[in-house]
Amino acid sequence: MAMRVPSSLQFSPEARSGLRTRRMARRLGWLSVALGAMELLAPVALARAVGTRGRRSARVVARALGVRELASGIGILTTPRPAGWLTSRVAGDVMDLGLLVMALASPSARRGRLLAAAAAVVGVAVLDARCAARLGAPGGPGVRTVRARRSITVNRPAEELYRFWRDSSKLPSFMAKIESVRVIGPGRSHWIATGPLGLPFEWEADVVEERENQLIAWRSIAGSEIDTVGSVWFRPAPGGRGTEVTVELEYTPPGRELTAQLAKLVGQAPEQQLRQDLQRFKQLMETGRIIVAHDEGERSGHEPRRHGGAVLVAGGGR
Amino acid sequence: MKANQWMGKRSVEVHDVADPQILDDRDAIVKVTCTAICGSDLHLYNGLVPTMRSGDVLGHEFMGEVMEVGRGVKNLKTGERVVVPFPIACGACAMCGKGLFSLCENSNPNAWMAEKLWGYSPAGLFGYSHMLGGFPGGQAEYVRVPFADVGPLKVPAEIPDEKVLFLSDILPTGYMGAEMCNIQPGDVVAVWGAGPVGQFAIKSAYLLGAERVIAIDRFAYRLRLAREASGAETLHYEQIDVNEALREATGGRGPDACIDAVGMEAHVPGPLYAYDRTKQALGLETDRPFALRQAIHACRNGGTVSVIGVYGGFIDKFPMGAVVNRSLTIRTGQCHVQRYMKPLLERIERGEIDPSFVITHRLPLRDAPAGFDMFLNKQDDCLKVVLRP
Repeated sequence: MAMRVPSSLQFSPEARSGLRTRRMARRLGWLSVALGAMELLAPVALARAVGTRGRRSARVVARALGVRELASGIGILTTPRPAGWLTSRVAGDVMDLGLLVMALASPSARRGRLLAAAAAVVGVAVLDARCAARLGAPGGPGVRTVRARRSITVNRPAEELYRFWRDSSKLPSFMAKIESVRVIGPGRSHWIATGPLGLPFEWEADVVEERENQLIAWRSIAGSEIDTVGSVWFRPAPGGRGTEVTVELEYTPPGRELTAQLAKLVGQAPEQQLRQDLQRFKQLMETGRIIVAHDEGERSGHEPRRHGGAVLVAGGGR
Repeated sequence: MKANQWMGKRSVEVHDVADPQILDDRDAIVKVTCTAICGSDLHLYNGLVPTMRSGDVLGHEFMGEVMEVGRGVKNLKTGERVVVPFPIACGACAMCGKGLFSLCENSNPNAWMAEKLWGYSPAGLFGYSHMLGGFPGGQAEYVRVPFADVGPLKVPAEIPDEKVLFLSDILPTGYMGAEMCNIQPGDVVAVWGAGPVGQFAIKSAYLLGAERVIAIDRFAYRLRLAREASGAETLHYEQIDVNEALREATGGRGPDACIDAVGMEAHVPGPLYAYDRTKQALGLETDRPFALRQAIHACRNGGTVSVIGVYGGFIDKFPMGAVVNRSLTIRTGQCHVQRYMKPLLERIERGEIDPSFVITHRLPLRDAPAGFDMFLNKQDDCLKVVLRP
């Protein structure tokens, strides 16, 4: 499948490898949790599966290993930079290998199964070590930087969409988390957003690149409370289908680790937030308004911001 | 105002709720004069459609009098009589531009919910769950109609409500089911399900030139109506082998087109895997898409299977081998009602069809709960319940 996104819009190779590493870390975390749960809940079956006899002592050992696995798994899945926990998995892998070798010496051992299990452990150990090294590297991909990209097709000409977006004071009309944008100088604007746990935070941003009817890119100024960079591309969709709008965002949420983690728990996935913002942008540009279903019960963060019946005047639509 | 609210599984109650307000200047408020219970409301009633909330106002088949219009609605005036289509459509997006109104890209504020289940979202609907917009429905005294300059169809004063009410959903739905069959001279069309939508599909198939229409159901009174109102041949599927009967009735060819007007009770999303595993393990509900499977098997080589029954999630044992190897065409969709309202109103005015023949029960709105119960349990030969506020 050929992606028709301009190359400058795609994530940098570093960013992409960072995403891959974090995904791998999460998978290893879940593997730990699953294995740990099995060792705790079904130690005998597991011992037999890897080729040991599953005697009483083996059961105790398996349960202890289960506790270790669960701790590693939870650690990996819940800490922002889980390099340490991944290293703990490497240590665990070495311990498991040792135990498997000891079991091989037993006369009742089923060598085929034990060797297969050992091979699996070696394989996982390699992944653990690689993942730990990458996450531990200085400047490596911590989980705090949030990236999102989303596209939508809007049935209006690119010029019109570009013109609307370029007046940044209009952006809060469809961006749910942005309270206000004030233009304070040529290419510079002051942003106020609703942050994690409903706390407001603000920053100033500069437009760093502009191509008429094609691209607007921005970046927060040095020393801002939030570090953010983003871009929006407008490209004519084929066959008169309007304009393909692609937004790419990258930001480091404000606050300490704990706030950031809490925000992740209670807030929406950034991709999802962006998706809904873009849907409202489309509604605004195509119909001149943002549709509301009813007049009450719009407390949940999922539902669109209310506009009190006021018609939002967009560049186009009816 | 009074409105029929979904309170939970198998529970609807008529209560006083706040009157709807104009929230946007392309809105209208319609005072409902006539509304109905749809077969698809029974999926909600049975608690099988996700994202329903206690207190949601039901109803997507309704008509009435325009009480108030927003400043942006130029084509409607207070006091005019309108039928309101069940899909809400903006008229400006690419899908509306193609006439695919039930796929409007701007009318579902909760599109993200539908995207989770279906990949992309269709239009918002009246009174049909939050994943389809959370719009209060028409089993009420008043309804807020968004994009009122696009959907509602003005109807002449001399035609009674009961003749035009079903332009809101089931008549166009049945008609689209027949239209998707691309009926040619000599064609035999088989219709699974002789409920209200099935009855209109049968009628429409004849209007569109079918040589013969064969209706399949298990309720004698519904089959009788198909014979008497439209002249269909009928098969009682509990009494005969449907595939064999259809084959023999068509000289061994099979029907040229098969319409599924039965559908399947929607699934609950969420732990779908666990659900499916349990279903497999216990052998539960393997017959649910039975009509669709049978329609596919029965259809002649190179024929068309038109699906207008409602499906919500996933089905098991879909006979894809028959579809591929016998070059079947499957066509489906929620009805693009706006596209059919005017031409069908003209057919009604010309006397080609009088949709009121499906009505078996007329109740005041306050008796909506009894209507749901009666319709669900097919009591008193119930086929279609019309409610008047």
